This record gives sequence, structure tokens and C-alpha cells, in this order.
Amino acid sequence: MVYLTRVEHFNAAHRLYNPAWDEARNEEVFGKCANQNWHGHNYELLVTIKGNPDPETGFVFDVKRLSNIIKDRVVEQIDHRNLNEDVPFMKGKMCSTENLAIEIWKELAPHIPGTVQLHCIRLYETPRIFVEYFGPEA
Amino acid sequence: MDKRVAVFRKEHFNAAHRLFNPDWDQATNEKVFGKCSWPNYHGHNYELEVKVVGVPDPRTGYVIDLKELGDIVRREIHERFDHKNLNLDTVEFRNLNPTAENIVVVIWQLLRPFIKPEMDLQVRLYETPRNFVEYPV
Repeated sequence: MVYLTRVEHFNAAHRLYNPAWDEARNEEVFGKCANQNWHGHNYELLVTIKGNPDPETGFVFDVKRLSNIIKDRVVEQIDHRNLNEDVPFMKGKMCSTENLAIEIWKELAPHIPGTVQLHCIRLYETPRIFVEYFGPEA
Repeated sequence: MDKRVAVFRKEHFNAAHRLFNPDWDQATNEKVFGKCSWPNYHGHNYELEVKVVGVPDPRTGYVIDLKELGDIVRREIHERFDHKNLNLDTVEFRNLNPTAENIVVVIWQLLRPFIKPEMDLQVRLYETPRNFVEYPV
């Protein structure tokens, strides 16, 4: 089994805000991340799939094809967007890096061919903050 | 022999912005600025490198105390722009398009009064790991 990772990136605005709480409580929990006029990040997205190299090509998967799947299914929906306002798959959810990683997994999983398995979504919000999600069964 | 030395301090801030010229209609803005002009903003992790050039003080060996430079940059830049919407939340960009070019000039203007006149100041600003600007050149 070999693990293959493709790195993509996108830039987006967001805020952390729980509409069930008042402004003071949001500020207390989320600090400046709750700023009503948004802030933003350069996100780095690492998608890891696993499988056995094909004896004919030596590839676990055509990484260019993996890149196109990530771009078409995920980056296209979120790059230069406001995650809270513009992204259908984040509607009604807290726009934390944790939740974004889970939703990115859900968007990608149906489009990964059965010859390989989706293994990990690693998502950097800043160079020093990142999350990893290994799927609903991990 | 030139005794001047360049010292650097890195800081960062995260902010939302959009590129938009209010004198143009949305179609022209989209044509010129592409997805950077979309109405609900997007954002970046801005990385800032502040360079000060001067002769080290013979008593301390320092061009400038880098802890003090860090405090100045955090107070004047980070406090002002971090987790803000540059277009909506800052006076500096209320009437100035927040391109990396314009941001770096504003940052230089904000820092210059706090650096001794005999020292040179240069600012490099990364908007993304692959897009960066410098001022003055």
C-alpha cells in the first residue's frame, strides 16, 4: 500500500460565529475570529489517497486526475469565496477548519474511483494551524 | 568600509479584502480583478518582513533592538489589520484599493515615524507564499 498526496490551495474569507449565541458570547469564545466583517486565510489542502501501484503505470493513481477532481469538486466552490455566505456545503455549519475538512472529505469521497481509497484530508488554515480528518470510520 | 547592516523582523496578520474600483461597474471590476472582486470578500494570511538598515550601535551591537521592532510592528500593523476586513474595517483602505502594492506602501508609511531617520526602512509583504511585493525599491 502506498499513500499519495496532492497539495492544492485556496484563499477565502470566513468568520467564527454561532447564531444561537449573542454577540458577547461569540466574542468571548471566538475572540477576533468572530469579527462581523470577516477575515481570511490562505488555506493549503492536502488530499491523501492510498492504494497499490498499478503494475503497468507504476502509479497509485494519476495525480493530475486527482488534482482535477479536487479543483472541480472543492476548490472551484470555495476559492476566493466567503465560506459562511457563498459555499452551499458549509450552509448552516460552523466555518471552523475542523468542519471544513469534514465537508471537503464528503465532497471528494464520491468522486474517488474504487481502485483507491481516500485516506486523509489535511487542511492548513495558517502555516502553524492545521487539522487532519481520516473519514467517518476512523 | 560600509558598516551598515540589514536586520529583519517577520510578523503576520490574517485579513479579508476584495479588489474593487468604485468608479467602475461590476462587469469592469470583474474583467480587471477577476475573482478577487467578488462581493463577499476573500482573505489571506499576510506575511510581513520588515527590514531596517543602519550602523550597529557600538554600545549594544544592535542596529535596532529586534524585540522593540517586533513590538512596533505588532502595535502599528498587526493590531490595526489582523482579523479585519481591510475594505470595511480600516480607515487606510476605505478609499484605497487594498492591493498588495497599496498595502505595502501604507505599512511603510505607518512604520516610518517609529524608525530613526538615519536608518533605512524597507517592507516586503507576502499576500500568498507566491505573491509578494516590496517598498521602497
